[in-house]
Amino acid sequence: MAPDVFELIRERLAADVREASVSHGILVLVLAPETLPGTVERLKSEFQFDLFLDVTAVDWPGQTPRFEVVYHFYSTAHRVRVRLKTRVPEADPAVGSLVPLYGSARFMERECHDMYGIVFRGNDDLRPILLYEGFVGHPLRKDYPKRAEQPLVPYRD
Amino acid sequence: MAARTIPIHPAPSSAFEYLTTKKDELVGWARKFSIFPYPFVTACCAMEFMSVSSTPYDTDRFGAALPRFSPRQSDLLMVVGTLTHKQAPVLRKVYEQMCEPKWVMAFGACATSGGFYQNYAAVAGIDKIIPVDIYVPGCPPRPETVIDGIMKLQDLIARSRHPILTADF
Amino acid sequence: MEPRLPNPVRAIFARTDRDDTVVVNIGPSHPATHGTIQIIAELDGEKVVRADAHCGYLHRGFEKECESHTWHNLIPYVDRLNYCSALMNDFAYCDAVEKLMGIELTPRCRVLRTLLAEYSRIADHLTCIAASLMEMGAMTAFLYLVMIRDYIYEHLADLTGARVTYTYSRIGGLACDLPAGWLARLAEILDQYEVFVGRVHGLMDRNRIFIDRTRDVGVISTADAIDWGFTGPILRSTGAPRDLRKDTPYLAYAELDFEVPVGIKGDNYDRYYVRMREMDESVHMIRQLVDMLPDGPINVDDRRCTLPEKRLVYTEIESLINHFKLIMEGPQVPAGEAYSAHEAANGELGFYIVSTGSGTPYKVHVRAPSFVHMGGAHRLMEGYQLADIIPTFGSVNMIGGECDR
Repeated sequence: MAPDVFELIRERLAADVREASVSHGILVLVLAPETLPGTVERLKSEFQFDLFLDVTAVDWPGQTPRFEVVYHFYSTAHRVRVRLKTRVPEADPAVGSLVPLYGSARFMERECHDMYGIVFRGNDDLRPILLYEGFVGHPLRKDYPKRAEQPLVPYRD
Repeated sequence: MAARTIPIHPAPSSAFEYLTTKKDELVGWARKFSIFPYPFVTACCAMEFMSVSSTPYDTDRFGAALPRFSPRQSDLLMVVGTLTHKQAPVLRKVYEQMCEPKWVMAFGACATSGGFYQNYAAVAGIDKIIPVDIYVPGCPPRPETVIDGIMKLQDLIARSRHPILTADF
Repeated sequence: MEPRLPNPVRAIFARTDRDDTVVVNIGPSHPATHGTIQIIAELDGEKVVRADAHCGYLHRGFEKECESHTWHNLIPYVDRLNYCSALMNDFAYCDAVEKLMGIELTPRCRVLRTLLAEYSRIADHLTCIAASLMEMGAMTAFLYLVMIRDYIYEHLADLTGARVTYTYSRIGGLACDLPAGWLARLAEILDQYEVFVGRVHGLMDRNRIFIDRTRDVGVISTADAIDWGFTGPILRSTGAPRDLRKDTPYLAYAELDFEVPVGIKGDNYDRYYVRMREMDESVHMIRQLVDMLPDGPINVDDRRCTLPEKRLVYTEIESLINHFKLIMEGPQVPAGEAYSAHEAANGELGFYIVSTGSGTPYKVHVRAPSFVHMGGAHRLMEGYQLADIIPTFGSVNMIGGECDR
């Protein structure tokens, strides 16, 4: 069941995908950021990956491009998961938004933007969600010190 | 902000002092057994707050059962759980809206000192923002610890001065 | 006058286009928002026209904390994600790390983890149902359910030492084995559970007021639910029998006989009933697991992660150094990444971990079901009345620790 669908995906999407591998039961596809929304659209329509699980990023400060944006999808029909990874540079950390495809992308992309500063083009609502208005910086980046607090209310004495 | 403990001035006569002490005892007794908590609930300590308000650890035995979710109608602000910087203005606003006399209980390790969340997001203890009367440690505290805290708070209330007409009487 | 306090959020609508609606703010310090959620709602009389949910008031920096602790030391942080069913978070996290390290659990540990996960699920559903019923006014049902939950807490305190957040799971096993008499007490609690839940069924199921308040309120269809990322009891209440324990079995679920309850309409009543039935199924599963619990060690015999016995630590130099390195540097997890998802009480709880080969993680990300549900919560509230927000919100079971991390 799982290997068949994976083989099919690897065949059909071979043009857009840079690398494909299977890691602990999940198909991992590495793409360029430009081809990402198109690939997700095809995964959703052709392979029934209807549940968008998660989007997050990993900060590799020594490497260029610096940020690796990681997506997870689940197919309720085939009962398998797929992971999509793409790299964006620090100077322009932008990738296309998945809001037109999945409603759940709204909040998850806001969180990724909050924590790492990844810009999702097409998501017009990138307000801080876990952080607050007036917070400067993106705390999950490796160069943000863990204890750098930005209090909203002045401390007593 | 005005001082919360009012020093006892030497009274003009010992009879007057006797009356005010008795008045303080009476008012203290009434206030300590009719605490209206405002459970400012944020995190995991809420589970223990639910346990301590219901059977078998009932806070109703101490008169402290009925929560009042309006700051104007409550007198004990129980900050239950971690306070984050995003939530801090909300806590400050609620504290300022409460009327005197009011007491604050820091329920749990995170409210007391930030717990083990020493990072950019959590305030390291609510006493950085509002004055606290009683600290209840634990992560989360057992219901017995909370009840011990309430009883100590009741002792505090019984011992303190309760001016009802003017600043001194 | 003191200066105005800053506003930590910015609403997407501060004033409305229509002149017959009003914008109100509900929360974040509110009795019925289960913690700290702010809902800014545009009301046309009593009807909610638009709702904008703001979370993040409990963002405690979980991911950043994880990067500065060893793989073992961050288990207390993981506990406090979904604090109503803390053991399930522990097990899901340890499963992700064990996957990356290539560790296979001992049979006894597998069955015990399954048993405790189901036990935690019962505690979580009890909390959710008790809180939502109390907010609708059913104080008696609340007290019955919280009584059972208290028995469960005391029972787990016998096993783990703590009532609410346990830190009981370890990479490759568990902290300690069952004490004597634990299983007998478990059987007593399950019997008592059935008595009390029977009474709550009697009070609630055909209660005219309860039905009026929850039937056809907060309705969502299966397609919408999947689009907005709902999983767990909410998705099952719409009629879709999606459950990771059946679809992609893990731990000992493949060997158990249980049903997946589904609802019919996707409204609040269905979510209440699905959770009640799920608790019954959990009790059924626990009874089967008690019968099939094998003997043997609970920790895998792998010195990369399991602490050696104290007796050896004090006598042999190799065990001493092993113990020292495991505590000070943490278990060395090979470089790579893994995503592991469990069916938690709220839905799919996933941990995505990235390791660069050392004893501290490079990244630990949790895919929290409550956070995704909050993204879609406005769909459940729009079109219904202001007073419906409370039971709907209760039935979504948003847990602040998990939502905001």
